[in-house]
Amino acid sequence: MEILVCIKRVPDTSENEITVNKEGTDIEREDLVYSVNEWDNYAVEEAIRIRDKVGGTVTVVSLGSEETEEVIRREMAMGADKGIHLMDPALEGSDGRGIAVALKAEVKKGGYDLVLTGAQADDGAGQVGGMLAAMLQRPFAALVNHIEVTGADTLRIGREIAGGNQEFSEIRLPCVLSIQTGINEPRYVGIRGIRKVASVEIPIHGISDIAVPAETVGKTGARVKRIDYFTPQLGKGAEILEGSDEEIIDKLIEILKSKGRIK
Amino acid sequence: MAPMIAYILHKNGVIDDTALELKSAAEMLEPEAVPVAVVMGSKKDVEGVCQEAARSFATVWKIENEALSYPNAEVIRPLLSRILPKGSIVLMPHEHFSMDLAPGLSICQEAAYLPDAVGFEAREGQSLRAVREEFNGMVRTHVACDLTQGAVITLRPGAFTPNERKDKSGQIIDKTPEAFQEGAPTLQRRFIELVEAEAGDVDITKSEVLVSVGRGIEEQENLEIIHELGKVMGADVSCSRPIVDAKWMEKSRQVGTSGKTVKPKVYLALGISGSFQHLGGIKGSPFMVAVNKNPKAPIFHVADVGVVADILDFVPKLSEKIGEAVK
Amino acid sequence: MCLASFDPRINRLAMRIGATVRYALAQYRQPRYPLAGILHIFLFVGFVILSLRSITLVFLGIIEGFTLPGLGGALGNVYMVVKDIAATIVLITCLIAMIRRGVFKPKRYDVPARYGKNHTTEAVFVLLLISGLMVSDALFEGSLVAYQFQSHLETEMVLPMTLKGMAAAVLAPNAASTLQAVHMAAYLSHELIFFFFLCFLPLGKHFHVITSFFNVFFMKLDKGTVKPVKWDVSEEQLDGLESFGVKKLEDFTWKHMLDFYSCADCGRCSDNCPANAVGRPLSPRFISIKCRDALFERYPLWSGAENEKTLMDGVLEDDEIWSCTTCGACEEECPLLIEYIDKIVDLRRGLVDEGRVPQSLQKPFSALEKRGNPYGKMEKKRSEWAKDLGYVKVLGKKASAQTLYFVDSITSFDDRIQEIARATARVLQGAGVDFGILGSAEMDSGHEVRRFGEEMLFLELRNRNTEAILESGVKKIVTADPHAFNALRHDYKGIPEVEHICQVLERKLVSGRLRLKKIEDPHVVYTYHDPCYLGRHNGIYEAPRRVLDAIPGIRRVEMERSKDRSFCCGGGGLMLFYEPIEETRMGKLRVEMAKKAGATVIITACPFCMVNIEDAIKTSGLEGKMKAMDLVELVLQQMDWGALPNSKPTAETHSEAKNGH
Repeated sequence: MEILVCIKRVPDTSENEITVNKEGTDIEREDLVYSVNEWDNYAVEEAIRIRDKVGGTVTVVSLGSEETEEVIRREMAMGADKGIHLMDPALEGSDGRGIAVALKAEVKKGGYDLVLTGAQADDGAGQVGGMLAAMLQRPFAALVNHIEVTGADTLRIGREIAGGNQEFSEIRLPCVLSIQTGINEPRYVGIRGIRKVASVEIPIHGISDIAVPAETVGKTGARVKRIDYFTPQLGKGAEILEGSDEEIIDKLIEILKSKGRIK
Repeated sequence: MAPMIAYILHKNGVIDDTALELKSAAEMLEPEAVPVAVVMGSKKDVEGVCQEAARSFATVWKIENEALSYPNAEVIRPLLSRILPKGSIVLMPHEHFSMDLAPGLSICQEAAYLPDAVGFEAREGQSLRAVREEFNGMVRTHVACDLTQGAVITLRPGAFTPNERKDKSGQIIDKTPEAFQEGAPTLQRRFIELVEAEAGDVDITKSEVLVSVGRGIEEQENLEIIHELGKVMGADVSCSRPIVDAKWMEKSRQVGTSGKTVKPKVYLALGISGSFQHLGGIKGSPFMVAVNKNPKAPIFHVADVGVVADILDFVPKLSEKIGEAVK
Repeated sequence: MCLASFDPRINRLAMRIGATVRYALAQYRQPRYPLAGILHIFLFVGFVILSLRSITLVFLGIIEGFTLPGLGGALGNVYMVVKDIAATIVLITCLIAMIRRGVFKPKRYDVPARYGKNHTTEAVFVLLLISGLMVSDALFEGSLVAYQFQSHLETEMVLPMTLKGMAAAVLAPNAASTLQAVHMAAYLSHELIFFFFLCFLPLGKHFHVITSFFNVFFMKLDKGTVKPVKWDVSEEQLDGLESFGVKKLEDFTWKHMLDFYSCADCGRCSDNCPANAVGRPLSPRFISIKCRDALFERYPLWSGAENEKTLMDGVLEDDEIWSCTTCGACEEECPLLIEYIDKIVDLRRGLVDEGRVPQSLQKPFSALEKRGNPYGKMEKKRSEWAKDLGYVKVLGKKASAQTLYFVDSITSFDDRIQEIARATARVLQGAGVDFGILGSAEMDSGHEVRRFGEEMLFLELRNRNTEAILESGVKKIVTADPHAFNALRHDYKGIPEVEHICQVLERKLVSGRLRLKKIEDPHVVYTYHDPCYLGRHNGIYEAPRRVLDAIPGIRRVEMERSKDRSFCCGGGGLMLFYEPIEETRMGKLRVEMAKKAGATVIITACPFCMVNIEDAIKTSGLEGKMKAMDLVELVLQQMDWGALPNSKPTAETHSEAKNGH
């Protein structure tokens, strides 16, 4: 099975405080470290597992500037066979739709049976997978947490739905799936692994390589554009209890009693 | 004027609360328009929902067919494309189903896609200035959405005040024939079955008081102090997603959009940061007490009372005092 | 073993010979378990003495009146008496041992169901064989003596209480022909048993009888170190290696395989293993036994090599390998000097190379790679703990010092442990040490990174730290973190001398530079918990105790497990992130021990011990009744500031620093 996984390089948010920069044009990026989007990493691990079971190749593709290459390389160190870097000034400022347009051209060029994306990334939009599927006119499923190859062109998939329940469906190949975290336990990639793929070639594709008209992507093609970033001014918020632990606990017990929660 | 379409969610014949939020949002966007409620499902489910929707929406489009007895986005999307006028503005709540349906729908409609909007600020001609969150709610952005060719917009549940007025007697139009004129859409994704999350020993959706724990507990062993507090308060214990992912508690105890929806009277959020996925599982505005050692934790914006403290220190002391008070 | 990896052990002969004398000949470790120890010493000494006799007996069957060279005359007579006594003692020992194993069944020999059948039968069987050797020799000689007595011939000296004496007495009334028959039968039995035993030996735990001497001779001489990935591959060549670590049996070095063959199944290692005590799936004894059995399966004595189960999927389990805190209790205990830590590290290297790392450890690894600390916190915040302390210099272009205070990650970032950093700095200042910190140029020492198998990441951290240290121009390094201490001392090369803060404090107290006030509350009872990486791995037991005892009026008790038998708190570094499968926590057991010893304050000298012990105090519900303090925190509390000269480093203290004080 020929699998393509779309990945994104995002800021590592675990311990980092994400704040808005002084001008309000972006988040403060100084001192940030980046890694591959967590959902995408689960997708690559799943792709590798499918390939190890049924054969084929796993290609990872990412759209972005020079630094993007490092995450492509990391996923190849993890086990992906090939990497493709989509980079072109015309692609800068693309909205989700623009990215999907470029990826669609890439899929058409390479002819893949299964395309995986992460369910969402740092901007929480979760849109590229679904858009890509519609552009390719292929079936789609979002928030997939289980994949089983059941036939030459069928998959049994599980989707995460409300209430922690799981919806099982049969989907025809070729298709596009967006992957939810927790679908598997991704393997570890160490420095050694990355060094091993340090000199592997990662082809760079510009829009001419994939035959995409410039006006459909980038800033020109974008229908949703960011104006600025700001820190939310939230409402009154909680009444913070002050004092020593003793005093706070006493106050709290008073409050809970008044709510009838402690007899 | 672009047609305003509100896609109505429903379960077991009951309309979802978000329908009224869609209505307000539609009114904010196009005050002059008559928003249309679209209800799709099997005959048995759809009847009651259409009646209810007709109390809020002047026009309701009904599409009923056995093929829709389970909401399959891959079937619904092509059907919608057949009946929705080009240039429509389609609104739906941002959740599991719409994440499946909406992005593709925007492509079929050749419309813009604005996901998970938490507010609308202004409309300047065909440009909508809206608010979105990024980085798990740590920052917000203003975005400009081009509505010229229509849009598909998903709304953060609870971000838009619902329009509770139910004084209309809307017209229910059966759009089924139009939708199925070309026959049922080719089935590329076939629904097999629903597997419900394991029922645990406690049904937290019925609890009146919940003592809920998050990552601040740090280690599985420390959960003892939470259970102790639950015991002296006569409350059930629930948790946020990271606790379940680490396998320290059963999934049946998880509060959140991918867990259980709870409606307690009192909710103690201990060591929980307050992500919207967690808060999305709390309905009915309970009295919320938050304890967290990070004074900037988002939970303090939604809680009624807050304590800035390390739950590992605070909770045992609280349990002790409550234990004494109860005697 | 011919297929195994290279391992240079034929070096430093003087040390090796000394160690062999101490541990093999003098059986130095045996008495740690008194009863079993004495029994074994008797058996061992008896074996050494009687081996000459056994050899003699073999030849006696061929050459009449054979004696070994040198044992012909008077010396030989003395030997005969000595060996009689030895044989008697050996038989009695065997009987006691058989009863002990067969009837009393001490717990440490238990075999959990998943590891297979009980080993008691094998143990008792061998004891029976040895007994058989003793009895048959006694009968062989006894019958001769009885005949000689009957025939009024000269006999050699026979002590009545020995086996030979008793045998002679019992056989006395028989006719010559009977005696002859007994004599022959006994001889044949002895030889049969002897040769059978020789062949049986390599098949099980008694192989140690032959290999122990060599195993001790080839022991690991450098405590606290970790073997390189491959002894014959330099660091620069590492990138070219196909595979890291141990993934299959043949990847082990020959010495490690010798270890497997040498394991005597005594269970002392597992009996002291803290992971085993809390119910983790780790039992060092069974790592040796299972690998030994696997070696036999793959390379049986009679048939050719077979392809049996793979190492990590059939013989050992992932959690078994990740559960180890590298505390070293097993290695400290083993009478045969079998190594475990290097094997665990090698196995972890193999798992890391394959990507088989638990999710709970992947995050800190990634954070260490990106931020130089396992918490993922920003580098520039590393010295925030010192921002209000004017006397803490950040070394660089604008500041220099004689001594570097290496803080390391947990002490820099953890809210609670930052207090230890501040206490250490204050005490150093009070003691007149001219010191500074590296600030954001400091990275995690990498101690656990290496021991959890991520060798390349460790080398990165080490190289960057080494560069920063050398650039700072310091002449000495001091740290309050035993893991950092061990790393800097043993894993790093070419850096100035490293000390743990307790060594500095001891010196300052002895020289009178520091003085401590009397303890105020007479009811407080202190106990010192030996951190694994200060105590066992580096042999520093007395210095912290002397520091504590220098506090006038201090009431100090020892826990039942102290010094080299100290019980690991739960592990440090990356172990704090790992989520083990266990029944209880090591910290809780340790706090119990402190309670039993009557202590109300546990003093420790390691930030990780502090975290584990404080956590255990909380979850044991002992808050208010027990507390934990770092050695430095107590010293700071008791510092007699009035007795100090000017706290700024003076010329006098400066030369102290120069002369290595």
